[in-house]
Amino acid sequence: MSPWVRSVRAALGRAYPRLVGSNRDRAWLFYDTVLPLLGSVALVYVYRSLGAPDHLVAYAIMGGAAMAFWMNVLWSMAAQFYWDKMAGNLELYMVVPCGLVPILLGMSLGGAVATLLRAGLIVAAGSLLFGVPLPVRDLGLFLAVFAVALVALYGLGVTFASAFLLWGREAWHTANLFMEPVFLLSGFYFPVRALGFWTAAAASLIPLTLALDALRQLMFGPLHPAFLPVHVELWLLVGLAAAFALAARASLRRMEHLARREGRLSLRF
Amino acid sequence: MPKVSGEFAVETHDLVRVYRTRRARGTDPRVVVALDRVTLSVRRGEFFGLLGPNGAGKTTLIKVLTTLLLPTSGTARVAGWDVARDPQRVRERISVVSGGETSGYGLLTVREQLWMFSQFYGIPTPVALARIDHLLRVVGLFEDRNRRTSQLSTGMRQKMNIVRGLLPDPEVLFLDEPTVGLDVEAARDIRAYIRSWIEEKPGRTVVLTTHLMHEAEELCDRVAIIHRGRIVACDTPAALRRQAAGGTFFVLTTDAWDGSQPVEATPGVLRVDVRALSDGRAEVRLQLDEDATLLRVLGALAAHGVRVHALRKVEPSLEDAFVRIVGRRMEEADAEATP
Repeated sequence: MSPWVRSVRAALGRAYPRLVGSNRDRAWLFYDTVLPLLGSVALVYVYRSLGAPDHLVAYAIMGGAAMAFWMNVLWSMAAQFYWDKMAGNLELYMVVPCGLVPILLGMSLGGAVATLLRAGLIVAAGSLLFGVPLPVRDLGLFLAVFAVALVALYGLGVTFASAFLLWGREAWHTANLFMEPVFLLSGFYFPVRALGFWTAAAASLIPLTLALDALRQLMFGPLHPAFLPVHVELWLLVGLAAAFALAARASLRRMEHLARREGRLSLRF
Repeated sequence: MPKVSGEFAVETHDLVRVYRTRRARGTDPRVVVALDRVTLSVRRGEFFGLLGPNGAGKTTLIKVLTTLLLPTSGTARVAGWDVARDPQRVRERISVVSGGETSGYGLLTVREQLWMFSQFYGIPTPVALARIDHLLRVVGLFEDRNRRTSQLSTGMRQKMNIVRGLLPDPEVLFLDEPTVGLDVEAARDIRAYIRSWIEEKPGRTVVLTTHLMHEAEELCDRVAIIHRGRIVACDTPAALRRQAAGGTFFVLTTDAWDGSQPVEATPGVLRVDVRALSDGRAEVRLQLDEDATLLRVLGALAAHGVRVHALRKVEPSLEDAFVRIVGRRMEEADAEATP
């Protein structure tokens, strides 16, 4: 059997529990859509009370959706991987012939679909509640930016997940500390250009920064104070996606090697 | 690196695994020698047992053989492939099931869970589902195939884990304490099925770790006794029992035993093991230098006012062999290993 065929099957196999899980345990409808939306609602009312135009209200709603993605990348991927370790799944994943990469790919795939659903619900509910139109000017480019940003985000997520496994909960807690700074630096609720060029450039290491800026340009055109032109942001995102995919692969290999050499994933004393 | 041997499913040579752990930053690492120059060979088609108390190194050995841990030194080959240099080749040929495993996802049904694991081996879905249904029927879980795994009892879960281990039809199946925590009936079912599985197709090999004497005796063609990381004996259960035949063995059923009975001090008594019975009486297992010593023991008991309700001469057991080789009973060795 071709290793590619086995990898595809393994990825789909691992995506399956994440997909059916959303359907069987619907608590996420509250935790993953209502709560992020509540955060956005507060900002919507601030913008409305100041008489801000509709596209600023839409920023707040998109920020809520972006939060769902970030939470999924940082929290769900790493938490799931950590949980897999504690449940003994990780040991089994390490002795199956497909290797860890397709399994992580499946996790990402399942997570991406589940998150798309959450983000879609947040955007739809926010748009309907506040009567804010969300136009898309160039659907092809919009989807391309979105897809590349997803790859970059999940590459980052897998890198984080490996780090969490190697350094345990300390890394996890440290990452949680970065949650709010990431929301701020990525311009979840405002145009990132407001932070100044160099701060925005540094924040562009987080794929959400460029993705949000490009998507807002494609939705609101000249109304949005762009950081960089859309095509430049798309290529930068492609670079980030490649870099994070390579980093994810390297960190997985490193994790597996350390796990085998030092017994970090199996030592019980 | 090509395969080097077709005769053996597992070969290790001077295998050493050392753990270094730090309890706190700045402290010296604690060095634990989990495997100490382990050399053994398991032939293809063999049901091989690793018998030893907790902390003896059984699970570490399984982890090295299943590519989860690298050896510190020495070599290990599984299905002819080196576990350190060719882990991928090894993984394509093995499967592992551990006792008390809680792997998988509780939201999935039994059938879904098994399908998911089959995909990690690249088994086409129709083949996988047919195999899953067949194996579920064999272990008596077919009626529960659509039940969520979070709702399974310990015994049912372990049967599912066994099915997971058998799904890829491995050349070498590693079972790490597969019946631990199971009730008698579930453990018996699992043992019976595994025995029939290995006999079904020539060349299938099982490596079982256990600290249950009767399990090793019932299932294994050969048994290696592992103690403090070393293989201290390796042979068929019958040959190991013969090694213990230093004397003669009797089992007595007596009144309650309070430890004051003067049996151990009786000349010719090599060992006394006492187990309390549920009815308040005691079962006393005696290893004596010769049959005639029994008369002195019975005399001593009578003088002490202890009644003997039953007496029988028995063949030495694997437990007797273990005691002779390791120097203490399994329970004592377990207790010693528990911090």
